[in-house]
Amino acid sequence: MTGTRRTVAALFLLPALVLLGALVVYPIGYSVVRSFYDQSGDGFAGFDNYQALFTDDGIRTALKNNIIWVVFAPTVATALGLIFAVLTERVRWGTAFKLVVFMPMAISMLAAGIIFRLVYDQDPDKGVANAVWVGVHDTFAEASAFPKAHPGRESPLTVDQGGFITKEPVRLGEPVNLPLVGVAPDQMPDDAAKAVAARPDPGKVTGTTWQDFTRGEGVGTLGAPDPSELGYPGMKIEAVKDGKVVASTTAADDGTFSLPAAADGAQLRLPADNFKEPYNGLDWLGPSLVTPAIIGSYIWMWAGFAMVLIAAGLAGVPRELLEAARVDGANEWQVFRRVTVPLLAPVLAVVTVTLMINVLKIFDLVFIIAPGSSQDDANVLALELYRKGFSEDQPGIASAIAVFLLLLVIPVMWFNIRRLRREVRR
Amino acid sequence: MSTQAVTKESGKARASLGSRLAEGVSGGLVRVFLIVVGLFWLVPTIGLLLSSLRTPADMNESGWWTVFTKPAQLTFESYEKLLNNSDITDSLVNTVLITVPATVLVVVIGSLAGYAFAWMEFPGRDWWFLGVVGLLVVPVQVALIPIAELFGNIGLFGSLLGVILFHVGFGLPFAVFLLRNFFAEIPRELLEAARLDGAGELRLFARVVMPLGGPAIASLGIFQFLWVWNDMLVALVFSDSGNQPITVALQTQVRQFGNNIDVLAPGAFISMVIPLAVFFAFQRQFVSGVMAGAVK
Repeated sequence: MTGTRRTVAALFLLPALVLLGALVVYPIGYSVVRSFYDQSGDGFAGFDNYQALFTDDGIRTALKNNIIWVVFAPTVATALGLIFAVLTERVRWGTAFKLVVFMPMAISMLAAGIIFRLVYDQDPDKGVANAVWVGVHDTFAEASAFPKAHPGRESPLTVDQGGFITKEPVRLGEPVNLPLVGVAPDQMPDDAAKAVAARPDPGKVTGTTWQDFTRGEGVGTLGAPDPSELGYPGMKIEAVKDGKVVASTTAADDGTFSLPAAADGAQLRLPADNFKEPYNGLDWLGPSLVTPAIIGSYIWMWAGFAMVLIAAGLAGVPRELLEAARVDGANEWQVFRRVTVPLLAPVLAVVTVTLMINVLKIFDLVFIIAPGSSQDDANVLALELYRKGFSEDQPGIASAIAVFLLLLVIPVMWFNIRRLRREVRR
Repeated sequence: MSTQAVTKESGKARASLGSRLAEGVSGGLVRVFLIVVGLFWLVPTIGLLLSSLRTPADMNESGWWTVFTKPAQLTFESYEKLLNNSDITDSLVNTVLITVPATVLVVVIGSLAGYAFAWMEFPGRDWWFLGVVGLLVVPVQVALIPIAELFGNIGLFGSLLGVILFHVGFGLPFAVFLLRNFFAEIPRELLEAARLDGAGELRLFARVVMPLGGPAIASLGIFQFLWVWNDMLVALVFSDSGNQPITVALQTQVRQFGNNIDVLAPGAFISMVIPLAVFFAFQRQFVSGVMAGAVK
């Protein structure tokens, strides 16, 4: 080995080592030193900045959320990746499926953040998550038709248990009027027909319930159906005697209804479930759901990564082993559980650890998806570092967070070096 | 005896019919499951695309899925407005001005170092290399404050060059790691032969190693390209208002999400076009880059 060759080697290495030294190694040292100085950088502060990690409310929330992230995001992404990798082997269009799931990895977290701000929009008429959720909810729970209806002026009705009840008892053969106001015209059920006055029937209690108001024409005759006014189709009506429901019915399209003779002398009640507010879905980006919601968007981005790595590992699993297990009478679940998963364990470990390191540094998704009102609740360490360092002017504490993050990845650093030391000795 | 054989045969046939039936059912379930999951993965992106093709007024009124019943809503209005918005177009140019040099520099500098670590003899070589490997997992957050101060002192803060340099610094550990491992697989005889022909190290590097390293360099290039193109945090800290890439320019609009959707949706989609094109064109290289980078 000659001196010139050493010089040549040094020249080849120089640009890389200078840049690494100045931009990666020097900052590590600087952060460590800086984390022991106060916010102005002049006075030595000992461990004060590290103490703040556990006393500052913002950082504690961030720490708690980071733990949630590190526990759930990598494991769910890896589990999904495993399921997808195994199942795509059984369909012919597996490659197309993989492409679809892997694609989000190519886009920026900012773009993914904007995509999921749209998905998680609170209004079920805008955000697809709530549109689906409300759809499912309303399939199982009946929606009410008249959320904002209430008695108007000089009404025969009064408030009772969230619904409305007649002030006076009703009599056979005397038609009852149950007028309300307040349902917006575009909220009226499509099958609402012109309200008509009910015919008296000596053996029954009859009546009409309707919207005693027309936009542009006002109330018309107060307390009696006008030609332009619409009935409340499907409004539930109960006859109540001494606090007990003795009969019930629902109104027809023109708002008319009739109750059997048993209702004589009862008060008529429009029960509360006619007037429930419509279900508006979940507040995905509110304080309690914001972190799980953002983790969902992360999984959307990274499950493909897990899937591709695991699929590559799966391709290396000897088919004979799986076949042998099947011949021995194992069913597919047993083959998966007892053969495939143990053989893939090293890959699963690498994927999970990689995702853990990745999640530790999560910043963009939280920064973009969490609205200002719940960003404190969604806080994570990398975001808190950015805030402390660049908007709250507390570089000492920010440096302590940086060192803390670095300490968390040191085991992986050590593991990488050990693994490679064996390979390097060829 | 013969009857016994027949019963056995038919019993076996029945069993296989039964298991085939069960397999058919479970095969159907697998298909349905994968289709549902596939839709789950596609819908958010489709939502963004269709949102970007509607007017803000329509967006306020109804969900993007109504375009399936009322396709007349579709319009390029938001895109036209966006392309006349110089903040956005300038930031797209900045994204290119940051991404291209940061990618080229990482490939060139990383190749030089990777070659030196693979084929040159010098004291402590493997230790130096392991040192670089150790830097693979250092979070960028560690460097934000120190480098902001450093760049402030030497006048780089806010400039494109500062952003580029930062990306090069944090791209290098992976570049050196990937390329050194790839170059080490080049057959020794090839290099020895060239050395005997009197080729110097630089010539050897340019004529033998770089051409052979094509696949690894492609993987690295694509990986680094996407990494830098998609970055928001580094540019958020180090670029001033004239030098912002598209990610940062869009980020400033997010605080009033509802009012700026006509900028955000098409802007996000435009920022995705290049990465998606790169992804679809170079899937294989991208995947091998991702696999090699499973430690980053």
